[in-house]
Amino acid sequence: MISPIFFPGGNIGELAVNGTVNDVAMCGARPRYLSLSFILEEGLTMQAFWDILVGIKFAAEKAGVQIVTGDTKVVERGKGDKIFINTTGIGQMHPKASIGMDKIKPGDKIICSGYIATHGIAIMSLREGLEFETTLESDTACLNHTILALIDQFGSDIRLLRDPTRGGVATVLNEIARDSHHGVEIQQAQFKVMEEVEGACELLGLDPLYVANEGVFMAVVDPNSAETVLSALQKLEYGQHASIIGEVVEAHPRQVILHSKVGGRRVVNMLTGEQLPRIC
Amino acid sequence: MKHLTEYRDPHLVEQYATEIRHLATRPWNIMEVCGGQTHSLVKNGILQLLPPEVNMVHGPGCPVCVTPLHMIDKAIWLAEQPNMILCSFGDMLRVPGSRKSLLEAKAAGADVRILYSPLEAVKVAKDNPNKEVVFFAVGFETTAPANGMSVLHAHQLGVKNYSILTSHVLVPPAIEAVMNDPEARINAFLAAGHVCTIMGIDEYFPIAEQYKIPIVVTGFEPVDLLQGILMAVRQLEKGEHRVENQYSRVVRPGGNPAARNIIDRAFQVTDREWRGIGTIPMSGWELNDDLSGYDANRKFNVPQEKAPESTECIAGQVLKGIKKPFDCPQFGKKCTPSNPLGAPMVSSEGACAAYYYMRFEN
Repeated sequence: MISPIFFPGGNIGELAVNGTVNDVAMCGARPRYLSLSFILEEGLTMQAFWDILVGIKFAAEKAGVQIVTGDTKVVERGKGDKIFINTTGIGQMHPKASIGMDKIKPGDKIICSGYIATHGIAIMSLREGLEFETTLESDTACLNHTILALIDQFGSDIRLLRDPTRGGVATVLNEIARDSHHGVEIQQAQFKVMEEVEGACELLGLDPLYVANEGVFMAVVDPNSAETVLSALQKLEYGQHASIIGEVVEAHPRQVILHSKVGGRRVVNMLTGEQLPRIC
Repeated sequence: MKHLTEYRDPHLVEQYATEIRHLATRPWNIMEVCGGQTHSLVKNGILQLLPPEVNMVHGPGCPVCVTPLHMIDKAIWLAEQPNMILCSFGDMLRVPGSRKSLLEAKAAGADVRILYSPLEAVKVAKDNPNKEVVFFAVGFETTAPANGMSVLHAHQLGVKNYSILTSHVLVPPAIEAVMNDPEARINAFLAAGHVCTIMGIDEYFPIAEQYKIPIVVTGFEPVDLLQGILMAVRQLEKGEHRVENQYSRVVRPGGNPAARNIIDRAFQVTDREWRGIGTIPMSGWELNDDLSGYDANRKFNVPQEKAPESTECIAGQVLKGIKKPFDCPQFGKKCTPSNPLGAPMVSSEGACAAYYYMRFEN
């Protein structure tokens, strides 16, 4: 579910395909087959549906997946929200993949593959009542080719892969700290945030660390090959703006500590519910 | 982001922090009044840069935190009425009332909408002539001009199905309430830059004089805050008590005349209850009598009963700076952002939530 169903940089169809493809890829697998089902609300125009289908087709082609099964249901007007899409994907594990929370060790580096918070702000800029003028586009993308290229080259040096969608990078970092039982330290200055995105976040009182992404992944990698992984990633599609944003540490287990741009330190915690824009 | 990154310059930050460390010889309690400043101090890790002599105390300037429980209940009651659209700023939605929050009322089917400007609510009213539209008008002097403007705008357009539920609060009476509390030990204030942008700084001269305390009008960026703290420490060490304006790039001595004019036309001063603190005389605004048709509290038959506050929550002491969030036995245990006992745990500007999300355990 996503509202609005068409947004700069994509539509709900592409988003559904890319989301599932990325989920499969983050497990270290090559996504192969997708199921895809629609619940359509009476009144959705054929043109809109067609545009979504075209988005799905191109996204599936780009990702190299086949849509092999699915279903379509139509509900009465008012019983749905234009269109719901449900997808499931399966893939084949890459033989070199060795991914899991239990593989993470203190000293490992954490890479973020690109600009953060772009998707969330692009979507929010269209919501009723906000409508700030921007040329921002969602970063929705299929990351499987990039991911699999990295696994091909670096195998078990890639310890963990995650795509920070809803909840943003802060949520993924907290999951890493919580489930690996280690601490995480991150450098605020190393995160890349587009100027427009940063401006919008300032205006709305949102922290970009918690804003959704669709075309970004985070990788925990062996410290000895971190720089090589980074430069390889920077040559791959969707990886040009990658950076090492932090590392896994022995200190403060289960806690994420951010070193702020101005030289301070603070905890980054899990968020409760969605971020809500502030009063002033 | 031009004109913002300059105020986040790590070198300047370090320079000011060093100067504060050199200058502070005695323990000083400095209260930043505004929740936005609390948020920035914690978010940027500035508290860690200060010497042990300088103790920042987090004041009552979080509008979400000080809105009384019964106002939240009133908003929820209104939202649940048939043919009603209740509009609100986003961060009011999660605040727990005595039975539920606005977010829960929305989930149960009430038409609750998050808006970014009260003028949008007037548009909603125009677009829905068969419904009543209420805007939940909370906040300090900062949000009052826009809220007042929405009423004047509706009045001018003849939009009769619009009204506001007002819970406006004012900074200077809150500073006096803090100073009058026998338990509070505040040596200096950082006044809220945005409030002074609207109101100017004249209101603070008599307070500085009466209580012999330095008041520094301060901005919100790391460099602003450290410079404000430095100015306060400098005065304290010299034994001075003046009103100074750190935020002079935005705050004019007379404030914003156009905004003040709207406030004058729309509002009158009234006694106001502050959550966790109690009633402070002449500390709020309500709509002028001639605009009472736009006052949701008077327009609808809103139940006036007051539900009791949680007895376990020490919000009042936190908001007055007597205790820190960590001093609360329920902090992070029974009271968390997903199950808050009191409002400072709800809003991201609330001291408790800021500590919960971003501050090291002591």
